[in-house]
Amino acid sequence: MTYLPKPKFHHPAIETNELGYTHRDYEGAISTLCAGCGHDSISAAIMHACFELNLPPHRIAKLSGIGCSSKTPTYFLGQSHGFNSVHGRMPSVLTGANLANRDLIYLGVSGDGDSASIGLGQFAHAIRRGVNMVYIVENNGVYGLTKGQFSATSDKGSKSKRGAVNSDLPIDLVGMALQLGATFVARSFSGDKTQLGPLIKAGIQHRGSAFIDCISPCVAFNNHEGSTKSFDYVRAHNAALNRLDFMTGRSPILLDHPPGSLQEVTLHDGSTLRLRKLAEDYDVRDRAAAMAHLYEGQAAGEIVTGLIYLEEDAGDLHEHLATEERPLNGLGEADLCPGSAALERLNQALR
Amino acid sequence: MKPTDISAPDYFHKVVDCQWACPAHTPVPEYIRQIAAGDYGRAYMINWESNVFPGILGRTCDRPCEPACRRGRVERDPVAICRLKRVAADYKPDIAALLPRPADIRIGKRVACIGAGPASLTVARDLAPLGYEIVIFDQDAAAGGMMRTQIPRFRLPESVIDEEVGYVLGLGIEFRGGRRIDSLRALLTQGFDAIFVGTGAPRGRDLDIPGRREAAANIHIGIDWLSSVSFGHIDKIGRRVIVLGGGNTAMDCCRSSRRLGGEEVSVVVRSGFAEMKASPWEKEDAMHEGIPILNYLVPKEFTHSKGRLQGVVFEKVRAERGAKGRRELVPTGEPPVHMPCDDVLVAVGQENAFPWIERDIGIEFDRHGMPVVDKDTYQSTLPRVFFGGDAAFGPKNIIWAVAHGHEAAVSIDALCNGGDVTRRLPPRMNLVSQKMGIHEWSYDNAISIDQRFKVPLKDSRIALKDIKAEVELGFDGGLAFAEAQRCLNCDIQTVFQAPLCIECDACVDICPMDCITFTHNGDEDDLRTRLAAPAPNKAQDLYVSSELKTSRVMVKDEDVCLHCGLCAERCPTGAWDMQKFTLEMSYAGQGCRSSA
Ligand SMILES: Cc1cc2nc3c(=O)[nH]c(=O)nc-3n(C[C@H](O)[C@H](O)[C@H](O)COP(=O)(O)OP(=O)(O)OC[C@H]3O[C@@H](n4cnc5c(N)ncnc54)[C@H](O)[C@@H]3O)c2cc1C
Ligand SMILES: Cc1ncc(C[n+]2csc(CCOP(=O)(O)OP(=O)(O)O)c2C)c(N)n1
Ligand code: SF4
Ligand code: SF4
Ligand code: SF4
Ligand SMILES: [Mg+2]
Repeated sequence: MTYLPKPKFHHPAIETNELGYTHRDYEGAISTLCAGCGHDSISAAIMHACFELNLPPHRIAKLSGIGCSSKTPTYFLGQSHGFNSVHGRMPSVLTGANLANRDLIYLGVSGDGDSASIGLGQFAHAIRRGVNMVYIVENNGVYGLTKGQFSATSDKGSKSKRGAVNSDLPIDLVGMALQLGATFVARSFSGDKTQLGPLIKAGIQHRGSAFIDCISPCVAFNNHEGSTKSFDYVRAHNAALNRLDFMTGRSPILLDHPPGSLQEVTLHDGSTLRLRKLAEDYDVRDRAAAMAHLYEGQAAGEIVTGLIYLEEDAGDLHEHLATEERPLNGLGEADLCPGSAALERLNQALR
Repeated sequence: MKPTDISAPDYFHKVVDCQWACPAHTPVPEYIRQIAAGDYGRAYMINWESNVFPGILGRTCDRPCEPACRRGRVERDPVAICRLKRVAADYKPDIAALLPRPADIRIGKRVACIGAGPASLTVARDLAPLGYEIVIFDQDAAAGGMMRTQIPRFRLPESVIDEEVGYVLGLGIEFRGGRRIDSLRALLTQGFDAIFVGTGAPRGRDLDIPGRREAAANIHIGIDWLSSVSFGHIDKIGRRVIVLGGGNTAMDCCRSSRRLGGEEVSVVVRSGFAEMKASPWEKEDAMHEGIPILNYLVPKEFTHSKGRLQGVVFEKVRAERGAKGRRELVPTGEPPVHMPCDDVLVAVGQENAFPWIERDIGIEFDRHGMPVVDKDTYQSTLPRVFFGGDAAFGPKNIIWAVAHGHEAAVSIDALCNGGDVTRRLPPRMNLVSQKMGIHEWSYDNAISIDQRFKVPLKDSRIALKDIKAEVELGFDGGLAFAEAQRCLNCDIQTVFQAPLCIECDACVDICPMDCITFTHNGDEDDLRTRLAAPAPNKAQDLYVSSELKTSRVMVKDEDVCLHCGLCAERCPTGAWDMQKFTLEMSYAGQGCRSSA
């Protein structure tokens, strides 16, 4: 961590987006996480994604639970709405907020402990309800904040820093999200922002529940030999399905991408995702195939990353419930109190 | 690109923009930190070692360091490096005990220095402590050269010159004042092992246009006039004064005139304002004293009546790009302008003159009448004779004279010890980690966002009454501290060790200036287009690592790095470290002789 605030100076030729903001305007308070924590990289990817999508910070709400990962919303988007809830309860609070005001962009930020242990039920229901959000799990395989106990996503057989071997089977949140009906499912790696950045942007553009499992090494407790969430291990076992190249609005400079055939996907708002396929016969629109591919990868000891599943014109919770279009804070007294005649009508209907 | 070789002293030296730009390579950030710490004595001595005249230069230096200063690229104005130097000189305790003592043992070598300007005094200072017997000759009674005779007292008080010239002469050097050398041939027979010519560029250029001779009584050559003022031979001038010329001499002439009775003083320049040779701050100071600067006017004639100057006729010109793309001044065709005046000061340039050097003693001169001098050794074609300062390559400034002096001293030391004069020891460097804790450094890495502080001035109504009253009051301790905090500590280098890097991106994410990129290697032009932020400034290097685990490289654009150390604070493995770079210049007496 760092005590000094980040200097206000920025590059003299720094780029501005359509709103006139620089990427620095999307920063939050200085991070107090351990130096090198993967979570900080994810924060950086979120800031850049919001900058590149020209999102007004005050139209974003970031919600989290408890954990190092859940602390991160303090460190990005300092001008956005935020709610740091209790352990494992982010999905419910987010669902409530979303129901109250559907006009905001919802970022749910959680950890593997927060979502796969104490919050597993909450995670499942928010996903299955199709809450319009980007749900990011910053997955380091440990409870970082409480000093490195195995979490529910730790692989069986992986070793703790002190040498203890994990005997439990892991929960694969990506597999669960697919099963629970998430309409955008991806996995990425904090150490690969060229992959992660476009996925976050696509997740934000997606309407419905977008889930990103982002492997994020805990440099303090889970980056040693024997860990399956370390920088080295993830780099050695990363089996990327595809690369998201391009989105309307702003095209990232593409540098590090190997060639492959292209697949174009149009999102509900008309913007286009261009996928450069790395696994040739993989189709992101086939849920069953995605699940099969995931299991095969897992059996082969691979970590499947990239955009795993996408349902382009998915609906969301509001659509399912046919809720009021306007945010609750936009409803006046006349809307909320329709009067005794209306009450009478309602009562009659129930007789 | 090939991995950057950070063991070559030049690499990190270049990152310290000010030190690289300083002809004497003064370790600027190091002395600025001492000022911030209130240790003015150390700050002074760091300067004294490099540039010999901190108090003088802290008031008068041409400061090539400031346009180079990184702060000017990051914010708006550079750090007030020069005026901080003056702070060290003004507030230092008695430093007599810190100066070298006259040599106890003489090595039996005699060196003559002709002229007692900064070049000669530097040669003398570097050689005397090594046991050389030094004799300095000057036609003037007191030592200091043009620092004493040309630079007006309101910019540079005499006491400062006396003090700093005194430190040099106090090293057991013989100064023969009032002794003009009229024949180098004769001096060569007097048993000196080496002779250093530091006689400056003593001749002011004249303006040969109609009326010059007839109105001569009121037309003065700028540098002659200034030295007469300095010696007290002249103490007044007419009410209306025109100064011709756009260099620093012109600025000193006009400001001196304002103090000697000139009420309507103007500077008239052929070129445009921006093209003038005078430093921006000199122009500013003149205008601050109510002196207009009139541009694009070419003097054509001095008007006179009954032997008295009446004024000057000017032709109006404008700048145009000529056929070869060069700027040319072409007449606008408008009618000429006549400006009435009582006196004219001609400050249109300075020249060298060596009437006292015989042309048959082995010293070659080129067709411009300049001696043929080696640019690295300062040796003339007569091996025993060296040139430096304005005498070597024409008029420059004090800090260049000092730099020449250091190099000439190295050559003279080699010559006198039978060594190879051309052999130069490369400067050595040292890198020392500044890490004291996880996020503690032995330098103040917080970045001040203050803009440049102005040096307080004496009220110009008072200043204009007394030509000896120093105009600038200098920073007080508080202002000096605040200005010192603007320094970005560019000598505290970001040192990268590729084998330690785990490519976690933490440094990339924290860097406030987007200096760092991890990407695939390429040639420089290609890499410059693929960095986190635009990197068009090719004068600033890219720091490229060896290949990392993912087969990428770390590329850092040095251009606008704040040296804030956040990359190193955030690096989990210590792959980045902040290390203080110290350049050890090779002065005379350091190893040159052992190589004999
Ligand atoms: C008006 C004016 C203002 C200036 N202001 C600045 C300034 O603010 N900052 C700056 O950095 N530079 C300034 N300069 C330039 C600076 O003064 C010179 O570049 C510098 O002094 C050159 O140093 P030097 O050692 O080569 O010789 P000089 O300082 O020129 O000294 C040469 C000495 O040699 C003596 N001499 C010459 N011939 C003989 C001889 N035959 N025998 C004996 N003695 C001899 C002369 O009397 C003189 O004392 C200014 C120059 C002028 C003219
Ligand atoms: C109700 C409750 N139970 C337990 C805790 C203790 N606790 C704090 S953080 C944490 C685990 C966080 O793990 P994870 O979500 O993976 O976050 P990380 O720190 O690894 O990013 C636990 C168990 C708590 N704060 N509240
Ligand atoms: S303990 Fe681990 S997860 Fe928490 S901040 Fe440190 S490195 Fe990151
Ligand atoms: S010191 Fe490091 S973090 Fe600070 S500006 Fe330079 S490269 Fe960036
Ligand atoms: S913070 Fe350190 S380990 Fe991480 S990428 Fe930068 S240099 Fe490498
Ligand atoms: Mg965790």
